[in-house]
Amino acid sequence: MNSLSRRRFLKISSATIATAAVIAGSAKTFVKSADKINEKNVKGIKKIPTYCDLCFWKCGVMAYVKDGKLWKVEGHPDDPLSNGRLCPRGTGGVGAHYDPDRLRTPLIRKSLRGEEKWVEVTWGEAFDYIAEKMIKIKNEYGPESMALFSHGVGGTFFKHLIRAYGCPNETAPSFAQCRGPRETAFELTFGDIVGSPERTDIQNSDCLVLIGSHLGENMHNTQVQEFSRAVEKGTSIIVVDPRFSVAASKAKYYLPIKPGTDLALLLAWMSVIVNEKLYDVDYVKNYGFGFEAFAAEVSQYTPEWAYIETGIDPNIIRETAREMVRYKPATLVHPGRHATWYGDDAQRERAIALLNALLGSWGRKGGFYIPYSYSIPKYKYPPYPEEQRKPVHNPDNKYPFANAEQISTGIREATISGKPYPIKGWMIYGTNLLQALPNRDETIQAIQNLDLMVVVDVVPSEIAGWADVVLPESVYLERYDDLNTSPFRESFVGLRQPVVEEPNDQKPNWWMAKKLGEKLGLAEYFPWNDIEEYLDARLKSAELSLDELKEKGIIKGPEQPIYFDDGLEPVFWTPSGKIEFYSPQLAEAGFDPVPKYTKHPEPPAGYFRLLYGRAPVHTFSKTQSNPLLHDLMSVNELWVNADIADMYGLKQGQKIKLKNTDGVISDEIKIKATERIRPDCVYMVHGFGQKSRQLRSTYKKGASDAELITKYKTDPLMGGTGMNVNFVTFEMEV
Amino acid sequence: MPRYGMVIDTKKCVGCNDCIVACKTENSVPIGYNRDWIVTESFGKFPDINMEIRTERCNHCSETPCVSCCPTGASHIHDVGGVVLIDHHKCIGCKACVEACPYDARFIHPDGYADKCTFCIHRVEKGENPACVDVCPTYCMHFGDLDDPNSEVSKLLNSRKYHVLIPDAGTQPNIFYLV
Amino acid sequence: MHEIFTTRHNPHVDPFLTMWEWQIPVYLFLGGMVAGMMIIAGYFIFSGRNKESNCTCYSIPFTSFILLSAGMFALFLDLAHKPYVWRLYTTFQFTSPMSWGAWILLLVYPALIANILIRPPVWMAKRIPKLSELSVKIQTHPFLIKNIGILNMILGMMLGAYTGVLLSTMGARPLWNSSLLWVLFLVSGLSTAAAYVHLVAKNKEESELLAKADNGFLVVELFVMVMLFLGLMSSARPHIEAAQLLLNGPYAPVFWVFVIALGIVIPLGIQLLAVNHKIKHTPIAPMMVIVGGLILRFVIVSAGQYSHWFNAHF
Repeated sequence: MNSLSRRRFLKISSATIATAAVIAGSAKTFVKSADKINEKNVKGIKKIPTYCDLCFWKCGVMAYVKDGKLWKVEGHPDDPLSNGRLCPRGTGGVGAHYDPDRLRTPLIRKSLRGEEKWVEVTWGEAFDYIAEKMIKIKNEYGPESMALFSHGVGGTFFKHLIRAYGCPNETAPSFAQCRGPRETAFELTFGDIVGSPERTDIQNSDCLVLIGSHLGENMHNTQVQEFSRAVEKGTSIIVVDPRFSVAASKAKYYLPIKPGTDLALLLAWMSVIVNEKLYDVDYVKNYGFGFEAFAAEVSQYTPEWAYIETGIDPNIIRETAREMVRYKPATLVHPGRHATWYGDDAQRERAIALLNALLGSWGRKGGFYIPYSYSIPKYKYPPYPEEQRKPVHNPDNKYPFANAEQISTGIREATISGKPYPIKGWMIYGTNLLQALPNRDETIQAIQNLDLMVVVDVVPSEIAGWADVVLPESVYLERYDDLNTSPFRESFVGLRQPVVEEPNDQKPNWWMAKKLGEKLGLAEYFPWNDIEEYLDARLKSAELSLDELKEKGIIKGPEQPIYFDDGLEPVFWTPSGKIEFYSPQLAEAGFDPVPKYTKHPEPPAGYFRLLYGRAPVHTFSKTQSNPLLHDLMSVNELWVNADIADMYGLKQGQKIKLKNTDGVISDEIKIKATERIRPDCVYMVHGFGQKSRQLRSTYKKGASDAELITKYKTDPLMGGTGMNVNFVTFEMEV
Repeated sequence: MPRYGMVIDTKKCVGCNDCIVACKTENSVPIGYNRDWIVTESFGKFPDINMEIRTERCNHCSETPCVSCCPTGASHIHDVGGVVLIDHHKCIGCKACVEACPYDARFIHPDGYADKCTFCIHRVEKGENPACVDVCPTYCMHFGDLDDPNSEVSKLLNSRKYHVLIPDAGTQPNIFYLV
Repeated sequence: MHEIFTTRHNPHVDPFLTMWEWQIPVYLFLGGMVAGMMIIAGYFIFSGRNKESNCTCYSIPFTSFILLSAGMFALFLDLAHKPYVWRLYTTFQFTSPMSWGAWILLLVYPALIANILIRPPVWMAKRIPKLSELSVKIQTHPFLIKNIGILNMILGMMLGAYTGVLLSTMGARPLWNSSLLWVLFLVSGLSTAAAYVHLVAKNKEESELLAKADNGFLVVELFVMVMLFLGLMSSARPHIEAAQLLLNGPYAPVFWVFVIALGIVIPLGIQLLAVNHKIKHTPIAPMMVIVGGLILRFVIVSAGQYSHWFNAHF
C-alpha cells in the first residue's frame, strides 16, 4: 500500500522543523535581495516583450518594469494567441518572480530520497555529481539507461542533451496522461493530430459541441476568447458533462451524461445522422474511405439504446444531432484536450473524429482549420550517436498506435521492472510526476530503482523533494528560451527574453544543459557560447535577426489559406490518403476498425466516481505557490450533489477526507454542496493537496485527486492511462 | 460632463478572475484584499439550472452613501466622470464608509486608509480603460461615458436587457449587467 | 436551490461585516450616558436644584468629563489611520453625522468645563486656587448659571442623539435604518445616566427623584423599542430579516435576556416597587440598567453590521 513506513514518516517530520526554520530564516533575505538587484536606479517604465510560461500555450507578453522593479505583465498586442490579453495565470505571472518559496540554489540530498533534507551546493558541485553518475550509468548499463521527463519549451535543451548523451528515452506526461488518445484517434482518421494550440475554429463555429470540455474553467487563452466570441454571436452550444460547468451555463443544450458513457452518445448521434442521411454527402464522397462499412456498424446504435446507457432523453439525442447537422460544416465537435478518462479513450476520440467527418468540419470554416507555422530551421548540430537500443516505453510495440511520442508510464514501468533494459537515471524538467502520473506509489517505487534522479524546477515541488540533485531554474521573466513557432491560424515567431534578473543563484535551462554537456564531454553539441548566439543563428537562417525580434517580440509570417474552401489542397496522411471511416490499420492490429461501445464499471454502493478538472487561475500543480494566484485560490473544494450532501449530513464548507476503493485516504477538503453535479460522482480541481513541506503555502492545502488515482485503465491502442476510473467515499472525522 | 460607468455582459463572463489579478498588479492591491471579485449565482435543481456569473466592484454610484457619511471629505466624487475616490491623506480610517456601502465594496487597506476600486482613474485620464476591462479575455467588460449616447456603453444599454445590483438600496449604481 | 458564492475575502468584511469592534459600542454607551448626565445635571442647574449643597449636579460634570474622554479614547483606538485624526477638524461635512459629532464633542467639553467651574471638586480647587476664584465669580451670576444649565441640556441632547442619527443614515445596514434609532439611544442614555446618578446621589430626595425619572425613561425606552421593531417588521425584506436577528434569530437570547429582561423589565419592576416603598432601594437595579445599556449597544452594533441587503439576481 503506502511505501512510506511509520518510522520513516516520523524521521521525515522531525527533520521538517529544522528545515522549515532554515527556510523561514532565509526567505526574508530572499525578498530583500530581489529588491536590491532589480533597483538599478532606472526611473520610468520599460516595456519588454517576451512570452508566457504559466501554461503551455505560450501567449505573447509585454512585461512592464517600473523604476527597475518588475511591475506587471499584459498581453503582447501583436500576439495572435492572446490578442493582447493574457489569462489570469499569465496576468499573475509576476508572482512567479516574487514567490518566497522559490528554489534559490542547487541542492544535493543529504539523506533518504523524499526526506527533503538538502545541502546547498555550487553549480559546479551539482554538475560534477550529475556527470559522474551519468558517466557511471553509461559505462555500466549504456547511455540508453537514462530517461528524460520534460514538459515545456524550456526542456528543449535537455532533450538535445540527452540525445547527445546517447539516450533515446524522452517523454512528457502530456501524451499518455493527456492528449495522446486524441492525437492517435485523429491521426488514424484524418492523418493528422489536433495539436496544441488546438486547430479548433471555435470563433467561426455555428454549432459547438463540448464533451467534458469546461472552457472558461479550463483557461487556454485562445480557446476561451474564441468561446466568448461564439457565445456573443449566438453559436448553438451543446455541452455534455456530468457537471454543470460554466460552459454548460452558456449552452443551448445541457446533457447531464452519466460518466463513462460518452461513446454511447457519440455512436447514437452518428447513427441518427447516418440513418437519416443528414451527413455532408459530398464531403464524405470526395474524401471518405470505408464509409459503407462504417455506416453499417454505427447504424445499429439507437438513441433509445443510448438513453439506457447515458441517461439522456432519446428525443434530446435526436434533437441535438439534428442541431449539429443544421449548421454543418460550421459545426465543431470539440475533441477536448485531456482525454485520458476510461481506457478506451482513443476509440472515443475516434468517434469524435468520425462525427466531425460526417459533419464535414475537418478543414472547413467553423470546424477544424489547417494550421501552419513559421519555418525557422533547426540549429545545425553534429548528428546524435546511433541508437544501440530502442526506447523502453513500448516494448514489443505493445501499443501500436503510440505515434511519435513516448509513453511516460511505459518508461516508469521499465524503471520498475528493469525490462526490456534497466533505467537507472531520471532527469525531470518542469513536471511534477507525483501529480501527473497515476498511482503515486508506482512512481515512488520506480524512483527507488534509480542511481540518479535530477529535477530541474522553479519551486520545491513534490517531485523535487524526491531528487538526488535539484537544479533551480530562473522563471520565464528572467531568461531566454528557444523560439516559439506554434502552429496556428497564422504563422509567427515569438521570443522569450529576460525582463529582470534572477534574485538568487537560479540559472536558465540552456546554461544548465550546456554546462552539464561540457562536463559529459559533449561540448561539440553545444558549439554556441550562449543562447543569444544560438537564437541569432536560427533566426539568421530564416532571414530574421535576434535584435529585430528582441525589439518586436513577435514577427508574423505571410498569410496562407487554412480552409479547403479557400483553395487549400485537402491532404489526409492516412494509408488510403482519405478520411478513414473504417480503419484497416486498426483491423489489422486486431482492434475495432469502427468504435464499439464498452460499458465501464460503475461505483459500488456508497462510492462516487472521482472526477477532476481545471480552475482558470491555476495550471496543474505548478502555480499554487504563486502569491497572486494563491490569493485567488489556495485550496480546492469537493463538489458534491446537494441531495447527496444532505443524505450524508454534510454541511457546506465542512472538511472531510476521501477514501478510495484501495483504501487510500486523502487530505482534508472542503465540501461544496451544489446542484451543479450529478449524484453519482464528485469533482475537484486538480493540483492541490501537495505534500512538499518546503513549499509552505501549498502544503496539504486541499486534497490531491492524483493521490486517490491508484487505479488506471491503459488504452490498448496507444498506452494512455485512463484515470477517471477511481471511486471514492466520504471519510468523515469522528 | 462625462459620467463614467461599466457595462458587463454576464452571458460572456466565465468568472476566470483575470480582472482581479490585473487589478492587483496594476494597483498594487495587497495580497488578501480584493478591490473586485467574482460572484457566481445559480438557481434550480440539477440538471435544470440557471446561472449568472458577475465580476463586481465598487459601483461608483450616483447617490453615494459612502461620500455623504465621510467626516473628513476623504471620500469624494472626482471632478471628472462622477468617479468615487478616496483621498488617502484625508482618510482617518473611521470605517463609516465601509459600513455605509450596501455592496460591501470597500475595505481598510493595511496602511490604514479606506480603499476600493478607482475605475483606474489614472489610466482613464490617459485615455485608457481600467485594467480589468482591458485584460478580460472574454471581452465582456465595457467602460465609457454613460452620458454620451454614442458611446459603446450607452449603445449596449439601449440594445440589451440588463440589471444592476441591489437597486432597492437607492444608490443608483453605474455598473450594468447585461443578461 | 439558490446558490451564491463570492471570491471576495476582505478582512472584517467577509463572510460578514465586523469592521466596528468593541470600541464603538463602548463609545456609544459612554457617550449616551454622558449625554444623559449632561441633561440631568443641566436640568438640575436650570431648575435651581444647585442650591442644595449636596446636589449631584456638582459631581456629575467631572465624572462626565472623565467618561467622555474615555469614550473618545475608545473612538481614537478604533481609527485605522490614526496619524490623520486631525483631519476631522479641518472641515465640516454637512451630510456626515460623524462630522457633526466631531464638532459637537468639541463644544461639549467647554460646556462640561463651564459646568465644573460652577463649583469645582474640593481636591481640584485645592490644587488650582484660581478655580475657586472663578467659581465665586460665576456664582454671583445666576443668569449665567442657568444658561450653563441650558447649554449642557442642549449639547447633551445633541450628543445623545447624533450617534443614533449616524447609525440610522447607514441605509446599507437595515437594522439601523430607522428614524427612531436616535430616540432609542437618547432615552437609553438618559436611563443609564439616571440610574448612575440615582446610585451616587447623596441627597435622598434627589435619589428618589432620579429613580422615578429612570422608571419613566425605561418605560419610554420599551415603547420606543416596540415602535422601532414595528417599523422594521413592516418594511422590506432586508429590514424584516434584520429585526428578526434580534427577535428570534442568533442575537435573540442576548437581546431578550440581557437587554430586555435584565436591562429593562426586571430593574424597572424592582425600582417601581422601591419608589412605591414596597421594598428598599437597592443598587442592583440601577447597575442592571447600566450594564443593560452597554449590552444594548453591543447588540445593535454587532447585529447591525451582520444585517445586509441581498445581492441576488434570481
